[in-house]
Amino acid sequence: MTATARSTKAPDAATQALHRSYLRQMMLIRRFEEKAGEAYSLGKIGGFCHLYIGQEAVAVGVMAALRPDDHVISAYREHGHALARGLTSRAVMAELFGKATGSSAGKGGSMHIFDAAAGFLGGHGIVGSHIPLAAGVAFAHKYRGGDQLCVCFFGEAAANIGAFHETLNMASLWDLPAIFIVENNGYGMGTAVSRAAAVTNLSVRGNAYDMPAEQVDGQNVLTVREAMDRAVTRARAESKPTLLEIKTYRYVGHSMSDAAHGTYRTKDEVDEYRRRDPIAVLADLMKAGGYWDDGRHDALVTEVQAEVEDAVTFADASPDPDPSALYTDVYAPEGR
Amino acid sequence: MATLTYRDALNVALREEMARDDRVFLMGEEVAEYDGAYKVSRGLLKEFGPKRVVDTPIAELGFAGIGVGAAMVGLRPVIEMMTWNFALLAIDQIVNSAAKMRYMSGGQVGVPIVFRGPGGAALQLGAQHSQAFESYYAHIPGLKVIAPATPADAKGLLKAAIRDEDPVVFIEGEMLYNLKGEVPDGDHVTPIGKADIKRAGKDVTIICHSKTVAPSLKAAEALAAEGVDAEVIDLRTIRPLDVDTILESVARTNRCVVAEEGWPFAGVGAQVVDTIQREAFDALDAPILRVTGADVPMPYNKVLERAAKVDAAKIQDAAKKVLYL
Ligand SMILES: Cc1ncc(C[n+]2csc(CCOP(=O)(O)OP(=O)(O)O)c2C)c(N)n1
Ligand SMILES: [Mg+2]
Repeated sequence: MTATARSTKAPDAATQALHRSYLRQMMLIRRFEEKAGEAYSLGKIGGFCHLYIGQEAVAVGVMAALRPDDHVISAYREHGHALARGLTSRAVMAELFGKATGSSAGKGGSMHIFDAAAGFLGGHGIVGSHIPLAAGVAFAHKYRGGDQLCVCFFGEAAANIGAFHETLNMASLWDLPAIFIVENNGYGMGTAVSRAAAVTNLSVRGNAYDMPAEQVDGQNVLTVREAMDRAVTRARAESKPTLLEIKTYRYVGHSMSDAAHGTYRTKDEVDEYRRRDPIAVLADLMKAGGYWDDGRHDALVTEVQAEVEDAVTFADASPDPDPSALYTDVYAPEGR
Repeated sequence: MATLTYRDALNVALREEMARDDRVFLMGEEVAEYDGAYKVSRGLLKEFGPKRVVDTPIAELGFAGIGVGAAMVGLRPVIEMMTWNFALLAIDQIVNSAAKMRYMSGGQVGVPIVFRGPGGAALQLGAQHSQAFESYYAHIPGLKVIAPATPADAKGLLKAAIRDEDPVVFIEGEMLYNLKGEVPDGDHVTPIGKADIKRAGKDVTIICHSKTVAPSLKAAEALAAEGVDAEVIDLRTIRPLDVDTILESVARTNRCVVAEEGWPFAGVGAQVVDTIQREAFDALDAPILRVTGADVPMPYNKVLERAAKVDAAKIQDAAKKVLYL
């Protein structure tokens, strides 16, 4: 843990406000995901739906370090990433509901959330396949000569796929401003990292490609933010990639169709991790600094609850896509 | 007009498009310092420099995906596959990323990219290096598939592909690179999705593309000597298919043969035949016949290889059968 995290002295007002905003984002994601789980059980959300509960500090800490003109690309467990990047709860919930008002107009679903204006480039469902896309976005940034960067989120199991290795090699070889975030939540579906990776410290894989890498505590949003700041500086100032292995844990099942524990992990294990909850870690730190208390916390709970309720109401009331939408967006419109 | 090889026509198209639009770059194995495995990119490194002519490691999946990512944010990548056999390692990026992006983003993110390189069999390269993949990609909504047969079409269609807003699979004929032909100078752009009647005729329609165009024309000459006037349609673009030109021809000739280099099962010809039987059933005076590569992995032996490939005699035979001659 870092000095910041241990500090009991109150930081300046700006920092306090920042912490409150991190807390709000994490609480919003938590509530959003709980609600999505409920809506799934009610049949309002279909298909595969992968919740982010337990991992909130990763999305929030990473996004906090970015600029609006950067790009973000993610896998299928991306509701939290989208919200932390600034997509509205309404747009994301409506997409889960498959509605025309959704961020991908109801054509993407839970696994394919996009918002081009926010630089949020999906939402990808083939494990590891979006990793080269991120390098391509970074290639374009470098080609054009700006100092933007591209962040790519993927799970630790995706680090075993060929696309990961091919991409890290080229990203390092060509000095691309990309940040590769391995969210190591311990499992790929039911396979523990130790049963899938010959070397379980995934950050050392950066060595193979001469890429700076770190292992980061993913339950502390401030630690995540600090590691990101180092990576962002490297990308902007030196146009160099970074590999961050951020250690975290998912409290829920892999997707809506499997239990939180039972076959491949124990309830005790899940409970153990729940004791270092990312929301509690930050809230406790803020309380210790004297700039947070139960009253304010409860008020914030109520606030994010209202936002999520509103998103559900909005998604529910929104129309399905027009039947004609079936055949649009396959190719560019004529004449473009 | 200049007389150019198919290879040089492609080179000219790349050079002109790179000069015209600085978002266009070429990436692939051996495209830069080696001047291209098949020399299609000869001289481009010298002219445009290493930023725009990028040698890659042997990592088809990775650099195909890097191309897709660059296209998602507005560059115009041309990704060279040393041959389409190797693109199987990248098919995930072509099918799951490039072809799906616009749709699954609800129209927000297009992928203006060209994947290009030689396809089909050359000579005695054996099973893994002798494959025609047009039907693989033509199956996929979201992709356009082009396979030119002549130097003029190679130039015009590559330029159109680079300017297109959607992902294009551009399959060149490995055996066509040395083919010479007249190529219009300057900004010669051939529309995607338009077939070309390479020989007009009234008795039978022979539909072909890429490497089966030359043998089809040869078969037509042989048929002419027997008093049969064959029409030869070069599809040029496989997807979108130029259904109008096909139906208009069959309505005149009432008989049809479809020739392609690939395998018969679920091949390009299967789609053409399906279209004709549905849209022009009453025009037909005979069942449509297909001439395809043999339904086997390509053998190495010269005699067996020749037996496996489409040639003019096979097309001529099929045409006579549909004419009941
Ligand atoms: C190429 C591929 N293989 C298999 C799957 C099925 N699948 C979906 S998620 C998953 C586990 C991935 O785990 P990880 O990368 O650790 O991410 P997490 O789900 O933990 O966020 C698998 C096997 C897939 N989508 N793509
Ligand atoms: Mg995982």
